[in-house]
Amino acid sequence: MQLSPRLIGHDVRCVRGGREVFSSLAFEARAGEALAVTGHNGAGKTSLLRLIAGLLLPAGGTIAIEGGEGELTVPEQAHYLGHRDALKPALSVRENLTFWADFLGGGMTRPIPDCLAAVGIAHAIDLPAGYLSAGQRRRLSLARLLAVPRLLWLLDEPTAALDVAGQAMFAGLMREHLAGGGLIVAATHGPLGIDTRELRIGS
Amino acid sequence: MTALGALIRRDIRIALRIGGGALIGVLFFLTVVVLMPFAVGPDLALLTRLGPAILWLGALLASLLTLDRLFTADHEDGSLDLIIMSRTPLELACAAKALAHWLAAGLPLVIATPVLGLLLNLDATATGAVALTLLAGTPALTFIGMIGAALAVTMSRGGLLLAVLVLPLSIPVLIFGVAASQAAIVGPLPFGAPFSILCALSLVSFVIGPFAAATSLRNGLD
Repeated sequence: MQLSPRLIGHDVRCVRGGREVFSSLAFEARAGEALAVTGHNGAGKTSLLRLIAGLLLPAGGTIAIEGGEGELTVPEQAHYLGHRDALKPALSVRENLTFWADFLGGGMTRPIPDCLAAVGIAHAIDLPAGYLSAGQRRRLSLARLLAVPRLLWLLDEPTAALDVAGQAMFAGLMREHLAGGGLIVAATHGPLGIDTRELRIGS
Repeated sequence: MTALGALIRRDIRIALRIGGGALIGVLFFLTVVVLMPFAVGPDLALLTRLGPAILWLGALLASLLTLDRLFTADHEDGSLDLIIMSRTPLELACAAKALAHWLAAGLPLVIATPVLGLLLNLDATATGAVALTLLAGTPALTFIGMIGAALAVTMSRGGLLLAVLVLPLSIPVLIFGVAASQAAIVGPLPFGAPFSILCALSLVSFVIGPFAAATSLRNGLD
């Protein structure tokens, strides 16, 4: 029987620059569930996402996906959308997205124009990414999540720089991802526009 | 393979676009070599004797000049995070990035050599020998330099540190590169021996470079 995938963090401890950010943190998210990480500035929201993404090493505890894709590690099954948007200003919108689709997806990808249309920047497909506004850059980063299917989305302030229509569009995309059995962990200050379970870190 | 091909294509494309920096190395190489006859004076015999060493020094410094952007550019915009997370082993991704860097910045140096050889009063055989040794040796400079680039990635002004770290490791390549060129031009040693050692240095760097760079990138995570 195929288990529905679960992301489980157990007794996670994070130390940055010799200072303990948080400890004994436990969390769990099931397929189709979104976890909203909240907390004051400096509570360790970004650190938690980077721990799950394998970009920081935990000082203690374990993070694992149960019932995921075979031998793959957690980072290999995840998309990470950070503050920095991983776009090259010299390349066009199409070239940027095609690169990430080829590099991350290895063939299993959705057509590029479809993804760009879904995030509402299809008209800018041949424009160099350097000419995009902050909101458009964010939309292009979101298109990466659609281009390559991944179980887990790690989102750091995903709605920053998005206008109201963009936030509604993104809420729709997240709902689709969850309906398809995906998982979301998002660090956020504002509402995401979808049903979430709150994980509060820091006092 | 799709993933590595995509990475190589992207890096070359960025390097060749405006502001990409592929031509900076060649221009620097050109500047150093063009100025040298003016500094040495109109002694053609001396120029011929120094020629291979000047070309090799120019190529070594030119390849160092562009190496510090190898990982910093990707680190600054967050691409490096995604490359580390991806399903492609980081060692292979590093090797692909170094190969792309060599194709965009190292190969042009080799291509420019015959033209610059004229300025140093080198005949066709000598120029050919230097170009051949550069073709065999510059990949080693890139793959060794990649280790320094990976170590200096989190530092905002790591360029000088990179030079200090990488230059000692590049010295063997320089010695055997110039020795092989001299052997081909004036003898008395055969060309084969130093040239084989130069090729061996390149092959060793292909193996050690990606592993060392990937290890230092993983340890430098923040």
